[in-house]
Amino acid sequence: MRRRVLPGFGLSLGFAVTYLGLIVLLPLAALAWKASDVGFAGILKLLASPRTLAALKLSFGGALLAAGINVVVGLMVTWALVRYRFPGRRILDALIDLPFALPTAVAGIALTAIYAPNGWFGRWLVPLGIQVAYTPLGVLLAMVFVGFPFVVRTLQPVLQSLEQDVEDAAESLGATGLQTFLRVVLPTLVPTLLTGFALALARAVGEYGSVIFIAGNIPLRSEIAPLLIVQRLDEFDYATAAALGVVMLAFSLVLLVLVSALQRWTRRWAEQSA
Amino acid sequence: MKLRPTLLALVATVMVLPAMAKDVTLLNVSYDPTRELYKAVNTAFAADWKAKHGDNVTIQMSHGGSGKQARAVVDGLPADVVTLALAYDIDAVADRGLLAKDWQTRLPDNASPYTSTIVFLVRKGNPKAIRDWGDLVRDGVQVVTPNPKTSGGARWNFLAAWGYALKLPGGTDDKARTFVKTLFQHVPVLDTGARGATTTFTQRGIGDVLVAWENEALLAKKEAGGDQFDIVIPSITILAEPPVAVVDKNAAERGTREVADAYLKFLYSPQAQDIEARNFYRPRSPDVAAKYAAQFPQVKTFTLAEVFGDWRKAQAKFFADGAIFDQIGPGN
Repeated sequence: MRRRVLPGFGLSLGFAVTYLGLIVLLPLAALAWKASDVGFAGILKLLASPRTLAALKLSFGGALLAAGINVVVGLMVTWALVRYRFPGRRILDALIDLPFALPTAVAGIALTAIYAPNGWFGRWLVPLGIQVAYTPLGVLLAMVFVGFPFVVRTLQPVLQSLEQDVEDAAESLGATGLQTFLRVVLPTLVPTLLTGFALALARAVGEYGSVIFIAGNIPLRSEIAPLLIVQRLDEFDYATAAALGVVMLAFSLVLLVLVSALQRWTRRWAEQSA
Repeated sequence: MKLRPTLLALVATVMVLPAMAKDVTLLNVSYDPTRELYKAVNTAFAADWKAKHGDNVTIQMSHGGSGKQARAVVDGLPADVVTLALAYDIDAVADRGLLAKDWQTRLPDNASPYTSTIVFLVRKGNPKAIRDWGDLVRDGVQVVTPNPKTSGGARWNFLAAWGYALKLPGGTDDKARTFVKTLFQHVPVLDTGARGATTTFTQRGIGDVLVAWENEALLAKKEAGGDQFDIVIPSITILAEPPVAVVDKNAAERGTREVADAYLKFLYSPQAQDIEARNFYRPRSPDVAAKYAAQFPQVKTFTLAEVFGDWRKAQAKFFADGAIFDQIGPGN
């Protein structure tokens, strides 16, 4: 092995493995162990129930859509923050982190208060036939809210280190604005955007606190998968709750692996086009 | 002469010791809407115990959804006493061997020192003219009630509606099932807890009627200033009996048995009954009830035992996985 400037590979690897084992793998193993009471057949039976399916569809569908929205809007916001100097920029920059810091229940209650039929926005939207609070749209809104900072904060340093010279060069070679953006800027950003997407997605899938207040929680319509888990716990049915947890985990894992594969592929693509 | 101060100190210590008060702490694990109630009860009990025994009792409270609280105790929260929304949750703690299975017979009145009933909270002037359970399923009436799967309080609501339909002339289980199914089709938001449902109705302006515990309805009305909501008492409703029990195993380990027993007995004393009535719970004591007659109008009630047997049966029949609520609840 090549000698490093700083020694300690063995030590740091040992620490990393032990730490991950204790903090991540041990609780997950406990979850799987609890779920094993239900067994594979039990999990299949859970998955066959329309109610479980509807809840999983809402949780994962909502999270995917929310992460998608966050990537598009997050890119625009980060662009504005990094590329332009305007009064209030620092305040805006600090505001981005607010969804991180706010207890999620507070966020949920605030969103519900605003979008309820008697709220600030709700009183104008509801007469137009747009129901946000207590519908799947409300779930989506809460998911967008909690996932937003992940996209901006992952994108920001990359965009900052992106030299504007490259864009100038493209322009001087006769590229239009759109061409420059699509063929020069975007390829270098895509891997990072995917990281942000994955983080926002993971956050939204597991979100309980803020979503629960705005969801309405009607089975088959606005009931999220984590609520099903809580309901099973309330029946003292730990095994089924754990089984649902394992199902969610498996779905998340598949999605994250897909995102990661996509990321590797786009990185190669970015390198080739560069 | 050097010995003298030491001796004096020793003598002083010996003299003071018997007069020194013991410090005892109790942990009371309760459900959500009892915050105000136990704050007042604990102060009164601490003063009473101090006067009788000279010891300082500090009672720590933990509040949350009844089912979640029971689970926390099962998982090791060292509660000396549990004061929950329904007997099923204490049964669950007993099933894990933390207290005797016959806990409900150890104190008078099904171990429920205070009761409540299920009533309706409607908007001022009762614009939808809601008088009884039957009005809740009229066209255009929206009903707010929490999810009985996650809220102990909501299970009382469910059983009250079921019992009403069952007790109508010619009432059968099938008719009750149809009635409750229709009722839940009028529910636009299914909150996870009773307080959440109250907020949805009072703060968010959702729904025409909130099905709630009487104490919660009275509190909500008081908090809103008394001119936004009216309370409607249905023709018949269930007598909600929130029970209390000492958690035998924890109390034995912590050596708090005596104080814990006294604490729960205190809940039946005239002084505590008065506090309970002031916090909108119906007192068991006829004397105290007479004093607060204006606050608690006459109401025709049935008990859980009369109509459904006991909580284990009710839970299995209605609220277990795949049971009646899952078959007829919203979304079906």
